[in-house]
Amino acid sequence: MVWDWIPRNLGMIGGLLGEHVVLALVPVLIGLVLAVPIGWAAAGNRALRGVLVPAASVLYTIPSLALFIVLPAIIGTRILDPLNVVVALTIYTVALLVRSVADALGAVPSMVVAAATAMGYRPGRRFVSVELPLAVPVLIAGLRVAAVSNISLVSVGALIGVGGLGQLFTDGYQRNFPLEILTGIVMVLLLALVVDGLLVLIGRFSTPWTRVGANA
Amino acid sequence: MIEFRGVTKRFPDGTVAVDGLDLTVDAGRITVFVGPSGCGKTTSLRMINRMIAPTEGTVTVDGRDVMSGDAADLRRGIGYVIQQAGLFPHKTIRDNIATVPLLLGWSKRRARARADELMEVVGLAPEMAARYPAQLSGGQQQRVGVARALAADPPVLLMDEPFSAVDPVVRESLQEELLRLQGELGKTIVFVTHDIDEAVKLGDKVAVFRTGGVLAQYDEPGVLLDRPADGFVDGFVGRDRGYRKLGFLSDELPLAELPTVRVGESAPDGWSLVVDPEGRPLGWVQGGGSVEEATVVPGGSLYEVGSGSLRSALDAALSSPSGRGVAVDGDGRVAGALSADDVLRALAASRADEAA
Repeated sequence: MVWDWIPRNLGMIGGLLGEHVVLALVPVLIGLVLAVPIGWAAAGNRALRGVLVPAASVLYTIPSLALFIVLPAIIGTRILDPLNVVVALTIYTVALLVRSVADALGAVPSMVVAAATAMGYRPGRRFVSVELPLAVPVLIAGLRVAAVSNISLVSVGALIGVGGLGQLFTDGYQRNFPLEILTGIVMVLLLALVVDGLLVLIGRFSTPWTRVGANA
Repeated sequence: MIEFRGVTKRFPDGTVAVDGLDLTVDAGRITVFVGPSGCGKTTSLRMINRMIAPTEGTVTVDGRDVMSGDAADLRRGIGYVIQQAGLFPHKTIRDNIATVPLLLGWSKRRARARADELMEVVGLAPEMAARYPAQLSGGQQQRVGVARALAADPPVLLMDEPFSAVDPVVRESLQEELLRLQGELGKTIVFVTHDIDEAVKLGDKVAVFRTGGVLAQYDEPGVLLDRPADGFVDGFVGRDRGYRKLGFLSDELPLAELPTVRVGESAPDGWSLVVDPEGRPLGWVQGGGSVEEATVVPGGSLYEVGSGSLRSALDAALSSPSGRGVAVDGDGRVAGALSADDVLRALAASRADEAA
């Protein structure tokens, strides 16, 4: 019975899932850390925004497979190095999040920022305790797109031999074994749904003030 | 004490928002900056806490040039109430109020205790401490804004059109509250508004600005209404200034006796004032017969003996259905009646005193 294949290979599938999670989500974290200061610079300066946001959008249009293959030549890694995927996906994440961060910070009411300044906040602390928290809802929306997009792009990495659930596609295709391909698709889909759900929950717990009903 | 010496603010696009301002704000009093939009009143206010830097001249607070030293340190020592409250939507009411104490490095416990104390001072129920600004009405948010500005007990309070976004009834109660608070606290308050009524009501002194950032007149409100410096001020204080000026006069008024009736009693012919068992006015009835609650006509405004102005006395007379204004004592009990003629006679007497 072919269905036996799944329980017999649970260990292998689990290992690929773990690789997939690391390859997809580590770039989200690095990308977020990079995108916040870039987006902040873009939000604060109109001219800078005019350069940074379109540049980020252009980055995102580079085809992923091409980037995976070209990157080793640029950063000096081996072609099978998983680092290529991490770097490429970080670039995509930054490209997606720069606009999100800039928009999110731009949407913080100027009256609130002015009040914070007048209370005696210095710019750094004001950013951390007023502007960034208020940017969280828009930021979470950007993170959801970046995370789901990365989860799907890691599968492409299998074509150049990097791990992750995409290997179930390449392997299943070579062995003409549809169940393995199906397993890969379902696992990628489930992973995307779970990560997306977690981000929604994180957003909810970190923004309790957005859920209170106005009774004014 | 806050001093403006030859202060000019020119923006990069060439607009002159404030032009050669010389002005001294008295310590412990309320000074109101009033004028039409684009007159530089808000820009002047924001130069006090260095939110805007002057192009020329100096602004000093207690003799210290605000441009010397650290801007954030300066601002932590000056309370600021912004238009529409400007509360932090992601912080609870308690944390909003505790903002400046926390910036000054107070312990969390002490800052929160101070916030709870201030909620009481500005008349907010303790259960609101854990709520977010979106859960409060506009008037309540303004109270939080005032509490937040007072949290670190700064000697100077800047208020930038703080009550402009609330409805007239709430605005009036917030104004009363501010005057009551100021009576207890004695802060140096600079208050910006475009509403001349608000200015003369709150200000110990009022600075009228004209478009282009020029100070047109700086005087006590009574003087401003009585002797406007020029046509601009005259036009700005408005046609009702004679009537408004009555608000600054509070001479003793002779009270006539006012017979009252109670519900269930028999009223004489003509208008009679109906009172409750404690002697507080309920309204008027016309014509004789037994007084029933349903036939009572609501009365006009009341004039409080001792604390009321001639303006409230005249309004009591004019708004009463019987033409007789009702004067009450401090407990709200009927003290007597007054007529518009009485008020005008008192006004004439006050004029005669002034001329003498």
